[in-house]
Amino acid sequence: MFKKTLSLFLSMVMLISLAAVQVHAVMPAVSKEDLKVGAVFIGPSDDGFTGAHYNGIEKMKEAVGLSDEQILYKFNVPENSECESAMRELVDKGCQIIFGNSWGYMNYMEELAEEYPDVVFSHCSGYKNNGVNFNNYFGRIYQARYLSGIAAGLKTTTNKIGYVGAWPDNAEVNGGINAFALGVQSVNPDAVVYVKFINSWGDPTLEKQTAEALLAIDCDVIAQHVDSSMPQVAAQEAGKFGCGYNTDMTAVAPDAHLTAPVWNWASVYTAEIEDLINGVWEPVNYFYGLKEDMVDISPLSKNVAEGTAEKIEEAREKIVSGEWDVFTGPIYNQDGEEVLKEGETLSDADITGTFMVELLIKGVKVE
Amino acid sequence: MDFNHIILFLYAAILAGVPLLYGTLGEIIIEKSGNLNLGVEGMMYLGAISSFLAAYTFESAFLAIIAGFLAGVLGALIYAFLTVSLKANQNVTGLTLTVFGTGVANFIGERLKMTSEAGTVIVSDSVIRSLLPMKLGALSDIPVIGKLVFNHSILTYLSILFAILMSLYLNRSRIGLNLRAIGENPSAADAMGIDVNRYKYLHILFGGGLCGLGGVYIALVTCVGNWQPNIIGGQGWIAVALVIFASWKPLRAVFGSLIFGALSMLRLYMPKSIIDIPASIFNMLPFAVTCLVLVISSIRMKRENQQPAACGVNYFREER
Repeated sequence: MFKKTLSLFLSMVMLISLAAVQVHAVMPAVSKEDLKVGAVFIGPSDDGFTGAHYNGIEKMKEAVGLSDEQILYKFNVPENSECESAMRELVDKGCQIIFGNSWGYMNYMEELAEEYPDVVFSHCSGYKNNGVNFNNYFGRIYQARYLSGIAAGLKTTTNKIGYVGAWPDNAEVNGGINAFALGVQSVNPDAVVYVKFINSWGDPTLEKQTAEALLAIDCDVIAQHVDSSMPQVAAQEAGKFGCGYNTDMTAVAPDAHLTAPVWNWASVYTAEIEDLINGVWEPVNYFYGLKEDMVDISPLSKNVAEGTAEKIEEAREKIVSGEWDVFTGPIYNQDGEEVLKEGETLSDADITGTFMVELLIKGVKVE
Repeated sequence: MDFNHIILFLYAAILAGVPLLYGTLGEIIIEKSGNLNLGVEGMMYLGAISSFLAAYTFESAFLAIIAGFLAGVLGALIYAFLTVSLKANQNVTGLTLTVFGTGVANFIGERLKMTSEAGTVIVSDSVIRSLLPMKLGALSDIPVIGKLVFNHSILTYLSILFAILMSLYLNRSRIGLNLRAIGENPSAADAMGIDVNRYKYLHILFGGGLCGLGGVYIALVTCVGNWQPNIIGGQGWIAVALVIFASWKPLRAVFGSLIFGALSMLRLYMPKSIIDIPASIFNMLPFAVTCLVLVISSIRMKRENQQPAACGVNYFREER
């Protein structure tokens, strides 16, 4: 009897201690002076996507008050075992937190998080979280794309809008296209969004050629979900208009660019680093949007149609106040079937998951 | 799909083919001298960044073209010194040159962008205007032909001129004959009293310069003087495949680069309503066609359509 009671008691202790580990997943505080931040990035500091991350880290550095030596960058790191060795090197150099900004780093970071339980691994654009020292962060860029869609919908006169997309059958890309098209349709129900995919996140020559092919079928506004500013350059050359991505591209195409959905990664980087310094870092996932200032559109250029600013402000207020979000029904798919009923809103899991992979809404044409 | 759309498609194909043509012509003349240079991509990168820097700093289109050519020559000089003088392995040296050129160009471009105020570096408009496609008076107003033939960048006409001159040079001149002899059998050429190393050096350098011009076209015409990371994006490799497709003939290279340009543009201009196949199939087409050409030419075994016999093998005079 005693033995049984004891074993029951011991197993209870084990269970509770296991649970306790799960609950107390707060990382120990790191003093600001000792902190070292690692950043492993897919591109160079001057491309669109990584450039925005780089700016985010730099802004975080100033906001928190870190010195240059406390930030260790690794640029141009491919999504293979090279990213693992880059991160190991950063751990060896004493980093307490490592950010990685590309989808393909996810599984490597998950394994490394297991191996180095006292280092935080924070992954951008994935979905995994180990509940201890591995989380992910991303933003509701679709909200900004919706706003840029309004600018495009008001500007077009041919009612054909081109969209240079990165990869087909990708939740992030499709979500962007759908949100953009919903923005367009909110002000111009007749406009059609023509999409061409380049099957790459970025390839300057191909991006320009794709934009030119869209201009050839009479599109007069060119939006993009690719890295470089070449689609905007193509629009400028043709005397047409466009919406960029990642950064304000007005400097590159001053007579063409309307506005661009942009990232402000500083908000999430600053939040995570401050939490770590204050000893309250927890493995939560970040999915910030317009409200948290994680995404926005660049200042409207001189090229936008009259009344654009008002329409965008109206939509922005609805989104920021939380009374409405972009993916609210009714939403119809390509075949005209209702996939989301009136008044229903998509969950975050659907926005980033297979639901979106399979959805392109009515009014979008893949060419 | 109307007729105008087809014209736009063909025009886009020509634009896409020009940088490929430069790379192919450069590689043809290098291979004719018996050297296989896999550094086309690298030399294009060097040409791109140098011409960009020259155009950005000196605001002169002429200097930009010269700088791009010389940068390609410089890249080729590294290759020539290593393979011709030091007899290093040609494949490895060429690959290294590609890695080197890519790195140097992206490094300089990134520094340039990060230190600029707006985060972008753009060549001034006046320089670019003189390189972009331009109208040739009344000729450009002829329907169809005006758009397709008389509405191009000066670099496009220059590439065709190079192809014609190169064809004459290789097939109709004494020096060209000597060069081909070196590519086929360097020891025989040496016995004839031809200075093998000097021929190799000069032609490798010139070929490198042509590859550099391909980079100039991409940086200043395709990308309109906006520096972008990874600007060449593998076009140098397509040029290497094109050399085989063109069976080492400059005029066939003109034709081949048009075909490759058209194949790469096909998926962008083909309406989904007519042909709906995955983009990857379209992307594969140029290489599938190259394989086909290789198969056909090896079946027919026509001597003049083959790779120069000594291509890829270093020439040791002492081993004659």
